[in-house]
Amino acid sequence: MTLVAPAVTAPPRTGRKPRRDNRFAAWLFLLPALGYLVVFFGYPLAANIAMSTQDYTVKSFYTGEAPFVGLANYAAVFGNPLFSAAVLNTVLFTAGSLLFQFGIGLALAVFFSGRFLGSALLRSLLLLPWLLPLVVSGAVWRWMFDQDHGVLNAALRLVGLDAVPWLSSTSWALPAVVLTNIWIGIPFNLVILHGGLRAIPASLYEAAALDGAGSWQRFRHITWPLLRPVTGIVLMLGLVYTIKVFDVIMVVTGGGPANATQTLTTWSYRLSFGDFAFGQGAAVGNVLILVATVFGLLYLRSAKATLAEAAA
Amino acid sequence: MKARTVFGVLIVAVLLFPLYWMVNASLQPSGALLRPDPAFFPVGGTLDGYRKAWATQGPNLLSSVVVALGTVAVSLVIAAPASYALAQLKVRGGPVLVFVLLIVQMIPGIVMANALYTVFGNLGLIDSYLGLVLADSTATIPFAVLLLRAFMISVPKELTEASRVDGAGYWRTFVSIIVPVSRNALVTAGLFSFLFAWADFLFAVTLTTGQSFELITVGIYRFVGNQSADWNGIMATAVLAAIPAAVLLVVAQRYVVAGLTSGAVKD
Repeated sequence: MTLVAPAVTAPPRTGRKPRRDNRFAAWLFLLPALGYLVVFFGYPLAANIAMSTQDYTVKSFYTGEAPFVGLANYAAVFGNPLFSAAVLNTVLFTAGSLLFQFGIGLALAVFFSGRFLGSALLRSLLLLPWLLPLVVSGAVWRWMFDQDHGVLNAALRLVGLDAVPWLSSTSWALPAVVLTNIWIGIPFNLVILHGGLRAIPASLYEAAALDGAGSWQRFRHITWPLLRPVTGIVLMLGLVYTIKVFDVIMVVTGGGPANATQTLTTWSYRLSFGDFAFGQGAAVGNVLILVATVFGLLYLRSAKATLAEAAA
Repeated sequence: MKARTVFGVLIVAVLLFPLYWMVNASLQPSGALLRPDPAFFPVGGTLDGYRKAWATQGPNLLSSVVVALGTVAVSLVIAAPASYALAQLKVRGGPVLVFVLLIVQMIPGIVMANALYTVFGNLGLIDSYLGLVLADSTATIPFAVLLLRAFMISVPKELTEASRVDGAGYWRTFVSIIVPVSRNALVTAGLFSFLFAWADFLFAVTLTTGQSFELITVGIYRFVGNQSADWNGIMATAVLAAIPAAVLLVVAQRYVVAGLTSGAVKD
């Protein structure tokens, strides 16, 4: 399960200037959270940046010595042929996941926004894959991908196709983890887009129906344009969270076979906790932070724009 | 009308098939799972998988409960007062703090794991419940603060100001007004914190060595990684680990959807 960043900004408040004791009390209430932020975000992130410039090994934990090496870790990471492979895998994994999660989620949101017997119950059942621990989903899909005994290949054989070596072939493993991640992400897209659909006034559809617009035309000229702000938010949030997916890949393929599903996240993990090259793991991690922050800021901008539009 | 319902049921059946398959496999003998043609129903099933799962993963389930409850407690105790300050008391720098909370949520977990590992190594928090609770809280506290703040903004000022006029201090106002009226939001934040900590794998696998205890997610991961043919045991464990999510969906569906949507679009 992934937690979602609640958006954004309080409505502007007007009023009297705060009294001094008010401000002091406020800080007392904030103190635990501030302390936590400094100790558990500020300090580790600074340590992470420092670590990326040090030759940090298992020995460093005992001796406390980690010589400063400047940008050598970054040079080693960028020079590693695995870097471009991991970047490509990350891009393919993210783009493939988003495209289908969103497409399927939107289709389902439109379908379930019609009122019919059981629509609310069915829609809430679809949330289940999103609430499950990712390790559970990963284990289930790994079993379904099993080459000899998995149900996917049994189905393929049933319709006369050849079994696919899902997890042992370098060309099938990435599609397999993408498929798993699409399944996991559909509910999130469904629920958010469904909320967006409900905010579109029914009168618009009634007017369009009077003008003789078909269902495709209604979707094309009413639903799609009015849903655009929500679309932006869903895709941007999906992007930020898909880039850093870890559990799914670790359980389904472990980054293999032959690094075919190694993304920046799993590679960073392997560098730090497999090869004990903590400096290089930190360097890859900092690259990830940079990417995630850029898209995160874009998300905040689009979320703000949405709220501004809603207020207008 | 009827046709839509039938089609809807069909969609749900297809999308939830993996979950059915998990339950199905958990009830079949290991040998039956390795036959070329899968059995689509667990006819003549066995509870062996669950016996194995309970025997090997029972302690891990308990450890996960401890960490998840600890995370809920720490998250709410730290987040609730902060949200009150951000929502109801004017703080200079409040908007900046909200922005920081949004941004730290974008930091990939692997970066936190990497950094916390070295910090915890120095503090002796590797292999400790406290360490995992504190690590999981890095994800749940920013989330809880933002969720609670969004709710507490809508608590009418008249309510808190009346309490102030009656001579209650800020703390009394917080405890006797804000906390009771925010009950639903607190439940939502708590549920999400529980689910996150319960499902966490990254911190569990990096910040413990498995020497003193192990969490259920790591248990499943090791189980799968053993290349064992014991899929009914693995799937039974997966079913047990999925129970909190299923219970939640049934019991607290309203809160779950509220948390999910308040999260992404609304203020």
